[in-house]
Amino acid sequence: MTRFFTKDHEWIAVEGSEATVGITQYAQSQLGDITFVEVPAVAATVAKGDSASVVDSVKAASDVYAPVSGTVTVVNAALEDQPELVNSDAEGEGWLWKMTLSDPSELASLMDEAAYQTFVTEL
Amino acid sequence: MNEINPSGWRPAMNTTSIVQEIETFTGNRALQLEEALLFEIGSPDRSGVDFDEVTDIDLSALGPNARKGAPNLPGLSEPETVRHYTRLSRQNYAIDLGVFPLGSCTMKHNPRLDEKVARMPGFADVHPLQPVQSVQGALSAINELAVWLVKLTGMHGVAMTPKAGAHGELCGLLCIRAALEAKGDPREVILVPESAHGTNPATAAFAGYRVENIPATADGRVDVTALTARLGPDVAGVMITNPNTCGLFERDLKVIADAVHAAGGYVYCDGANFNAIVGRVRPGDLGVDAMHINLHKTFSTPHGGGGPGSGPVVLSEALAPYGPLPFTARQADGSIKLIEEEDAYLEHPHAFGRMCAFHGQMGMYTRALAYILSHGADGLRQVSGDAVLNANYVLRSLDDVLDAPFGPAGHCMHEALFSDDGFAEGFSTLDLAKGLIDEGYHPMTVYFPLVVHGAMLVEPTETESKAGLDQFIGAMRSLAERAKAGDEMLKSAPHLAPRRRLDETLAARKPKLVYKEV
Repeated sequence: MTRFFTKDHEWIAVEGSEATVGITQYAQSQLGDITFVEVPAVAATVAKGDSASVVDSVKAASDVYAPVSGTVTVVNAALEDQPELVNSDAEGEGWLWKMTLSDPSELASLMDEAAYQTFVTEL
Repeated sequence: MNEINPSGWRPAMNTTSIVQEIETFTGNRALQLEEALLFEIGSPDRSGVDFDEVTDIDLSALGPNARKGAPNLPGLSEPETVRHYTRLSRQNYAIDLGVFPLGSCTMKHNPRLDEKVARMPGFADVHPLQPVQSVQGALSAINELAVWLVKLTGMHGVAMTPKAGAHGELCGLLCIRAALEAKGDPREVILVPESAHGTNPATAAFAGYRVENIPATADGRVDVTALTARLGPDVAGVMITNPNTCGLFERDLKVIADAVHAAGGYVYCDGANFNAIVGRVRPGDLGVDAMHINLHKTFSTPHGGGGPGSGPVVLSEALAPYGPLPFTARQADGSIKLIEEEDAYLEHPHAFGRMCAFHGQMGMYTRALAYILSHGADGLRQVSGDAVLNANYVLRSLDDVLDAPFGPAGHCMHEALFSDDGFAEGFSTLDLAKGLIDEGYHPMTVYFPLVVHGAMLVEPTETESKAGLDQFIGAMRSLAERAKAGDEMLKSAPHLAPRRRLDETLAARKPKLVYKEV
C-alpha cells in the first residue's frame, strides 16, 4: 500500500486499483473540532480536483477534493455519528471514502509522505 | 489610562469581592437576571388581550386542515411579556451599549434623528397597495434615495427592492444572467477571489453558476495574473469585495474590470464595505457593473437580529435594463410613477422579474435618506475618512503586541486584521475573543478571513471616539499579553458572563432542537 498526499491536504492510500481517501493530520489540526462530515454518494464518479466531500468544523466548512479520478465504492458510515474520528485519527479510522481509480497515472502528480511533510513545514 | 471610571464614583472593589460561589434562591445575581423560556412562564389560559367568546364556528371549509386541538402557545400577561424580552435584552450586547468591533459587518451608530423620521406617519403608516396618488411623499423619498445611491456610486440605475446584502448579490447575478442570455451567450462560471465576502460563492451557486476560486496574493489582494489567466468564453463574471475582507483596497479593480469586460463578462462588486470609501471612490469609475449597498452597514439603518435589512443594487448602463420591477420614476409633472408589470413592456421590457412582492423596506429607505441628507456630501466624506482613520489607529496601537500580517505593507481601510502568531503554545484566537467578553466587549470577527491563521478582524467604524478606542485597545493589549504569556485563566474565559465558555463543538455535533423532550 502506498500513500500519497495533495497540496489541499488530502491523503490517498492506494492498493492496486483501489484506494482510501481522507484529510491529513495537519488538515484536521488546522480545522479544529470537526462537527460534520458530508461524504460523497456511493457509485458517484469523481474527477481529480472535484469537490467530493465537505468537512465542517467549529471554524470553517471546507471542501475535500478528489485526489484522483475514479468511482466511489464505500463511504465511512461511522462519521455520521462520530465526526470526531477525523480529529482523533485523521489518517486511519477517520477516512472519508474508498474508490476505484480510473487513471492511476494521475498519482504521479501527488506528493509522497516526505515531500508532503516538507510542504507542510514550509507553510 | 484605560481604566473605566477613573474619577472613582464606584465604591472601591478588590478582586476577592467578586464572589462566584454565592448562590441565590432565584439564580439571579442582583441585576443580572436569569430568565425562563417563554413557554415556561405563565399558563395557557392567561392572555394579555380580551377576546370575545366564540361559539359554533363552522370549520367545514378547512376540511382536513382544521386543527384537532388547541395550539401550544404560551400564555402571558402584558407585563410578563414585556419583562421577558426586557430581561433577555439585558443579556444582549448592542451598539447602543459599547464598541461593537465586528469586522466584515460594519456595526455603526444609528442616529436617533433617522429613527424619528422613519416613524413619521406618512412613511410608517402607509400600505403598499394604496393608490400611488395617495403615497406620493413616500414614493418620492424612495426615488430621492435612489438618485443619491446612483450618484454616490457613479452608476446608471438602481434596483431598490432587494431586502439585504445576499439578496442584493442574487439580484446582481440575475441581472448578469439576463444580460448574457439576451445576447444568446449564457455562461457557466463565476470567479470568486479568496479575499471576497463569504456569501459571494453561495450566491453564485444559488444563481446556478459554477464557482471557481481565485487565489490571493501574499499582500492579501486578488491575484490579477491568476484571474485574467482564467477568463474565457465560459466566465459570466467575477465577484469582488472592495475594500476586501482583509481590510485592503483592491487597487487593481479597474484593470480586472477591463479584462473581464474584454472577455465578455461582468463585474459584481460586493459593497458590504462601502462605508470605507463612500464619498471618495465611485465604483462606477472602476468598471463595476453591479454592486449592492447594505443600507444597514453604510447608511446606518438598524443592524442584526435578522432584519429588516435592505440591499439596493446599483447597476451599470449595461445591466440597468435588466433590473427587477417595480421601481420609481419621476414624471415630467414632478409626480412619481411606479413602474410595474402593466407598464413594463413599454418602459422597462427586459426586467428579469421581481425580487419581492412590493417596494422593499420603506422604513430602511427613510432612515438611510435621513442619514444621507443630515450628513450631506461633505459629511459622508468625513464618515469614510473617520472610519478608515479609526481602523488604522487600532492597527498601529496593537501591531506591537499582535501580529498584523498585512500591517507592514501599509495602511488598512476600514478594518484591522490580526493573527494568532506569537501566542503561547495551546492559546488561540478563541481564548482572546472569550476574554474580551469578560472585559465587557462583543468580540471581533474571528477565524475570518480564512487566508489568515487565527484571524481577528476589527472594524471600529467612525462611531467611536478616541477615548472609546483607547479603552478597547487597552483591553486588547492586556488580553494579547496574557495570551502570549500563557495565562491559564484566559483558556477558561469568560469568567464574569452569565454563562461560562459554552461547548460549541458539542452543540454542533449533538444539537438540541427542542426545549424539552416530548
